[in-house]
Amino acid sequence: MEKETCTFSYCQKPEAVEVETDFLIIGGGMAACGAAFEAAAWANPKKIRVTMVDKAATDRSGAVAMGLSAINTYMGGNKVEDYVKYVRNDLMGIIREDLVYDLGRHVDNSVHLFEKWGLPIWKKGDDGFSLDGFQAKDAGKKMLMDAADDTEREKLVVRSGKWQIMINGESYKVVVAEAAKRALEANRQATGIAQNHFERVFITRLLLDANKPNTIAGAIGFSVRENKVYVFRAKAILLVPGGCVNVFRPRSIGEGMGRTWFPVWNSGSGYAMGAQVGAEMTLMENRFVPARFKDGYGPVGAWFLFFKAKATDSNRDDYCANKEYIEDAKKKYGKYVDIMGTTIRNHLMMEAMIRGKGPIMMWTNEAMDVIGKQFKEKLGEKEGAKKLKHLEAEAWEDFLDMTIGQVGMWAANNIEPDKVPSEIIPSEPYLLGSHAGCAGFWVSGPGDIPGTPKEWSWGYNRMSTVTGLFMAGDTCGASGHKFSSGSHAEGRIAGKSAVAFILDHTDFKPALKEKIDDLVAEIYMPFEMYEKYKTYSTAPAVNPNYVMPDQFQKRLMKIADEYFGGCGTWFKTSRTMLEEGLKRLQLLKEDSSRLAASNLHELLRCWENYHRTITAEAHARHILFREESRYPGYYYRADKDFIDDDNWRCFTNSKYDATADKWELKKVPYVQLFQ
Amino acid sequence: MPSYVIAEKCDGCKAQDKTACQYICPHDLMALDREKMKAYNQEPEQCWECYNCVKICPQQAIEVRGYADYIPLGGNVIPLRGTDSIMWTVKFRNGVLKRFKFPIRTTAEGSVDPYQGLPAPDYSKTKQPGYFCYEAKKG
Repeated sequence: MEKETCTFSYCQKPEAVEVETDFLIIGGGMAACGAAFEAAAWANPKKIRVTMVDKAATDRSGAVAMGLSAINTYMGGNKVEDYVKYVRNDLMGIIREDLVYDLGRHVDNSVHLFEKWGLPIWKKGDDGFSLDGFQAKDAGKKMLMDAADDTEREKLVVRSGKWQIMINGESYKVVVAEAAKRALEANRQATGIAQNHFERVFITRLLLDANKPNTIAGAIGFSVRENKVYVFRAKAILLVPGGCVNVFRPRSIGEGMGRTWFPVWNSGSGYAMGAQVGAEMTLMENRFVPARFKDGYGPVGAWFLFFKAKATDSNRDDYCANKEYIEDAKKKYGKYVDIMGTTIRNHLMMEAMIRGKGPIMMWTNEAMDVIGKQFKEKLGEKEGAKKLKHLEAEAWEDFLDMTIGQVGMWAANNIEPDKVPSEIIPSEPYLLGSHAGCAGFWVSGPGDIPGTPKEWSWGYNRMSTVTGLFMAGDTCGASGHKFSSGSHAEGRIAGKSAVAFILDHTDFKPALKEKIDDLVAEIYMPFEMYEKYKTYSTAPAVNPNYVMPDQFQKRLMKIADEYFGGCGTWFKTSRTMLEEGLKRLQLLKEDSSRLAASNLHELLRCWENYHRTITAEAHARHILFREESRYPGYYYRADKDFIDDDNWRCFTNSKYDATADKWELKKVPYVQLFQ
Repeated sequence: MPSYVIAEKCDGCKAQDKTACQYICPHDLMALDREKMKAYNQEPEQCWECYNCVKICPQQAIEVRGYADYIPLGGNVIPLRGTDSIMWTVKFRNGVLKRFKFPIRTTAEGSVDPYQGLPAPDYSKTKQPGYFCYEAKKG
């Protein structure tokens, strides 16, 4: 098709607002809020400007927007080294141990601050039962920050697993955002600038410097509220817009398409924008397929770990103990089966399901029965019943704090989990670097951990291979299991490091390579397309000249699901399927220049889906490059259905050349730092 | 499970420049019909059912109707969020009712003073482990 350009002949040209800053934070989630807090502390006395740009309202943006019922990364009395080993095991033996160790030694301070700012954290009562955040305060339990040492802290917290602590987290993000917003305001006052917190501005593209090669200089995006385009110039940028959701066709494809596990608005913008300026990516083949309560996506962690519920196939057999499946898995995946991490448990669940032994049920009712009996034996009939009621409320809170839709799903189906079991299922693939996944960018490490290869640190912690461009949370690769607290902690590490970079480069004056007018025209292209052609057909949604964002997204989801190993193929793909899918993806990429939008919300959805497409391509090319099945239970190369440590216990890194539209992939040796 | 707006209750937050639900929705889904002065969810299939519009609505005009894909009719989950705690009413399809109240924060809204009591940064440590207010753990 003929190439179209936006000349503003059909749509209105927006105002271009230029903003000068020193440190730009793209995103508003946990990593972004951590970065704002830490960076402003270092920046304020030096009058360095810190600016945050969020596509939503920071009070409720990012993956913690709904709330959380637990903080999944808290060291407390545990050893940081043990955290590294746990992350390594769950991510099938390949992580950047320097990054994970660095995160582990910092993370607790963020948790302590959350509590100081107002997040209620459960504490252990004197009788051994848990107290919610209010009860703990009333009982005079110390705040974690005020405890003498980590031994005392470990005794205070309520663990739902070795690394998890329970919270009353409905307003978790509101509290963390409040501290970040105050920090930004302190910076605004210290530097005397007019505005340094932009909400409802969606960044579409990063901009490189005109003079210095491979150096970041700014970013451009648009307001989703008014006809304005924002051009930011910055000496350093932290790219933290979250992971990627809704790139694979989800199990619910009607209204329920949005009821994803990770937040549906995580559009892969970080992966796409970083790739487009040539930042090196790592382990982009990695993904996470969460096994959750079916359809509602409620968390199973507390039920497995805290309430000790069992899950079985339809024969009431524990599929994770099935000899046949385990022996078969060992032949293919070797020693990793013994570790029984998340991937392998997923794999064994699917082995049962594909043999017709579904549905997989979690026996929540039996777990509650056992606990009820224990309580009554220990405390007597009356007191035991009272404690059980408290426990039931805690179980419901687990969902109401973070997956409210699960409660709605149970209520509408008359399911009371203390009376009947509930179905669980492996859902669909998600790309992320903060939760139980490690997709993202290759970054410089802290540099002080013994045994780290020299080439893993190039001066500034968490800086990508593009000078001045930093990563954290979902965009910092090869280092998962950060979760909410770890993302905040890593945002702080990156924020501090970015200020160090700015202090070293005070003379640097970022200058943009591209003309602003051209960039503005590129952003508003979907408006131009729509206005130009909308009257060609009588129903604007069906038009041969353009594609609407929801249509574009469904085309992408179909390709990803059918060719790149979605739930539709039981997560199986192969070289030939990937190659075929990539051909189709190429045509989709070409058609992205014909995306059309009739309003600002659709313009947002056009750009989000463009970002999803680039992310999908990185994912597929990495799976194609890695000739083994490193993550069974998440995806299978059906033509290479084995783990091959001799050849593939290594990082897989890629670099995208946006001008030539070419990807280069390479192996980078894995180095184990902790025995 | 998309949010929906009860026509009778919504007043379009007429006193403000934008509605509360538009302000808060993380995915930019809530829109205002300026003719009717009523808010609506403009793209239900991208709704994460995060309930932030439900919690923030000053008229309690927003609720959630289970996704048509898989949720039978008749259940309902309604929050009432206060300044320090949240109350939930869960109505099952068969009429069973459950009510819960949970803490949401231990400090007053707007009271966070992020740097209060914390030390000034030591610029000799910009490239060392640790934060401005915290020494990194060893071991």
